[in-house]
Amino acid sequence: MSKSPTLRVVVVATLFVALFLAGVALRANVIEYVQRIVLLAGINIILAVGLNLINGTTGQFSLGHAGFMAIGAYAAAYVGVLLGPLVEGWCGPGLLADGLTLNLALVVGAFFSACAGLLIGIPSLRLRGDYLAVVTLGFGEIIRIVFTNAEFLGSATGYFGDEPAGLREYTSFFWVYVWALLVVVGLYNLTFSQMGRSLVAIREDEIAAEAIATPTTRLKVQAFVISAATAGIAGGLFAHMQAGIRPEDFRFEKSIDMLVMVIIGGLGSISGAVLGGIFVAVTLELMRDLAQYRLVIYALLLVVIMIVRPRGLLGTRELFDTWKKKSGPSQGSRA
Amino acid sequence: MSLLELERVDKVFGGLAALKGVSFSVEKGSIFGLIGPNGAGKTTLFNVITGVYEPDGGSIRFRGRDIAGERPAVIAAGGIARTFQNIRLFRSMSVEQNVMVAGHHLHQSGMVDALLRTRRYYRDEARLEKKAHELLEVLGLGPLAAEPAGSLPYGSQRRLEIARALMLEPELLLLDEPAAGMNSQEAHELEHQLRFLRSELSLSLVLVEHNMSVVMNVCDFVHVVDHGETIGQGVPEQVKADPRVLAAYLGQEESVPA
Amino acid sequence: MSQFLQQLINGLSLGSIYALIALGYTMVYGVLRLINFAHGEVFMVGAYAGYYAAWLLGVERFEAAGQGFPLYLALLVLAVAMGAAALLGVLVEALAYRPVRSAPRLTPLITAIGVSLLLQNVALLVFSPNPRRYPAILTEVRFEFAGVIVTNVKLTIFVLASLLMVGLHLLIQKTSWGRGARATSANLDAAELMGIDTGQVIRWTFATGSALAAAGGILFGLDQITINPQMGVLTGIKAFVAAVLGGIGNIPGAMLGGILIGLAEQFTAGYLSPDYRDAITFLILIAVLLVKPQGLLGVVRTEKV
Repeated sequence: MSKSPTLRVVVVATLFVALFLAGVALRANVIEYVQRIVLLAGINIILAVGLNLINGTTGQFSLGHAGFMAIGAYAAAYVGVLLGPLVEGWCGPGLLADGLTLNLALVVGAFFSACAGLLIGIPSLRLRGDYLAVVTLGFGEIIRIVFTNAEFLGSATGYFGDEPAGLREYTSFFWVYVWALLVVVGLYNLTFSQMGRSLVAIREDEIAAEAIATPTTRLKVQAFVISAATAGIAGGLFAHMQAGIRPEDFRFEKSIDMLVMVIIGGLGSISGAVLGGIFVAVTLELMRDLAQYRLVIYALLLVVIMIVRPRGLLGTRELFDTWKKKSGPSQGSRA
Repeated sequence: MSLLELERVDKVFGGLAALKGVSFSVEKGSIFGLIGPNGAGKTTLFNVITGVYEPDGGSIRFRGRDIAGERPAVIAAGGIARTFQNIRLFRSMSVEQNVMVAGHHLHQSGMVDALLRTRRYYRDEARLEKKAHELLEVLGLGPLAAEPAGSLPYGSQRRLEIARALMLEPELLLLDEPAAGMNSQEAHELEHQLRFLRSELSLSLVLVEHNMSVVMNVCDFVHVVDHGETIGQGVPEQVKADPRVLAAYLGQEESVPA
Repeated sequence: MSQFLQQLINGLSLGSIYALIALGYTMVYGVLRLINFAHGEVFMVGAYAGYYAAWLLGVERFEAAGQGFPLYLALLVLAVAMGAAALLGVLVEALAYRPVRSAPRLTPLITAIGVSLLLQNVALLVFSPNPRRYPAILTEVRFEFAGVIVTNVKLTIFVLASLLMVGLHLLIQKTSWGRGARATSANLDAAELMGIDTGQVIRWTFATGSALAAAGGILFGLDQITINPQMGVLTGIKAFVAAVLGGIGNIPGAMLGGILIGLAEQFTAGYLSPDYRDAITFLILIAVLLVKPQGLLGVVRTEKV
């Protein structure tokens, strides 16, 4: 992005208008089935890029991001149902009220997910090793049990909001992709900064990172909390996309889907995660009839990729690496 | 007051005493040699000084303050930088990035600045980059700045570790076998670089080194350990003539004091 | 008091099953520093191998005739299941883990997750997702003392698990494989330099750990009455937590941890609410990581720098 503030505002405004128009065009011209895939792809991009920050860039393995997504989804759904009528009371029904409600709900969802990330991250990230994988795996299971037993959130039947309005479908192409853009650009900027460099240093050699005064625990926890928050945003968008969420939507399989997204593209690569997110959204729909084989295929894919090409398609590289090499001397000033 | 003072430092690994009451002081502005046969406890001394291990007894004072048992990152930020015997670079990162990453104290802008790419952020990045390039030039790595660190030849990797440590702007630099794997020409260059670091960056250095000609040429003071104990100390000439030191080195052909 | 004793007995038998599974995690972690996520699935496959073996040996006919299943056939079932699981464990190691052994840390971890997922989902296809009633290879006999119910099944679980653990202990302390395994666990590279065939040691480690998990699988089937292809997930996590609680890489620690987790779970279910029986394990894990990450019997490993 450019250094000039005016130019930046122009670029951002143009992007927003373009997204809005694309949303309108999509709604008018494309069947609902495809629209759904496009929305899911956007949500997947948020999930994948967020997970990549911790699993790829930092090299600390989370296996329970479905849990953070669930927290974000339930919190955003609950807040959306609560705030919807209030916001409409203030500014009348319409796109404005819908957008406001959705975004408030998403922020609350992200906040709750971030808090959960903090609680999980502090005990498991102080230590070196793979403890995070097991703790998050357990966390993902436990959080589902919690939601299955939470009566005010509909227990096992799921949460659909109260009558008459219920859980509304606020999620639109525009908002999904605004958030996807925010997350991708934001995490790109973080990754290519002193923080990102330090996270990579932690991944490569934690002892050496400590020896150069890197606050390793704090950075790992920060990265994990950010990652959890993005999963929460994705969860909120997901909740307001279907007017109902069930604990079953956030099973371990969901965490595996996310893992496949980041591994196919290449752990540590943001553009790889974007491609992986789209790939999974499309293949999930294509394989709908083969649902029972899906996880067998994903599992095989994971094992085979690890053995044959452990760095994924792109490795830690970005799609635009070649371009960047010409444009600037250092990683930091390229963005 | 000396810059670094160790007093009767002990370290035990599973009942085996790796350090037994080691004491020494490093004066400001000196180059201090730490020698001894393999397994004598030299690297362990580095590890207790830099907080990788917590000493089981004794005190370690840096600028008069006891730092024993502090976390490595805190000690590093406090002014003690180090290199590793078995080179620990961030291999997939470029040479330049390896150095820049150690510049936390030069990077005052926070996460929000990075997210929004503010002026402060660009200013700090430029500052880091400039400093990193200066250090790479000093160590003769300037032309390699964009290469991945893992692809450098061995000697350059060692020098890159020094550059990375210097990025911390330490007062004290601990070098663990900086001349290992270098030929005599490279070792000679290293001697120059070490003297340059002391005079230009007003740095104090502690050297663990097996290459005795390097030790004897650059060190002001030498401390000898064996089996975790001090067996001799003094200026290079004294140590060279010390019978206990000679005895400890007997049979270790490649490291007999020259 | 009788409720306390009841939970104690149930907890001990459940805990000894966890201990059997935890041993596999801890042994593999000891030699390879790898969390073998597929271990829970090996446990599941072991349970199914026992199921099919019992069926082939005609357990239904004995049930229909109201007779007990003969002991020698029950032992045969156990042996078949342990053998099948050992084979599976060795195969997994050879096909999936060995190719990535020298790769960066995350590669084997992801491979392990992939293998776990693969076994689980193939099992769902082959065995069907429906739970199955476990064949009565041991006819249940109940004893009651002062309001406390003890079944021969629970006693058998406890006794058999203890015997297997004693056997493992002897194997590790008295055989050359055991010596090799201890050396490899201390330092794989050094062990290799000393002429130890570490490949062989690793294979036997997987075989032994998997066989113990299979025994755990059969006992679990007897204890819980039904089995299903996803039984390895939660039980696997619990057993892993048991290994961490005892000190990962430490064999007596895995046994102790298993028993403690089993007791904690039973007492939580009995005195608080059955809803929390799974959550307690997780809380224990968090607590261990916060307070004593090296585990109860583990030692702080000083990483060589």
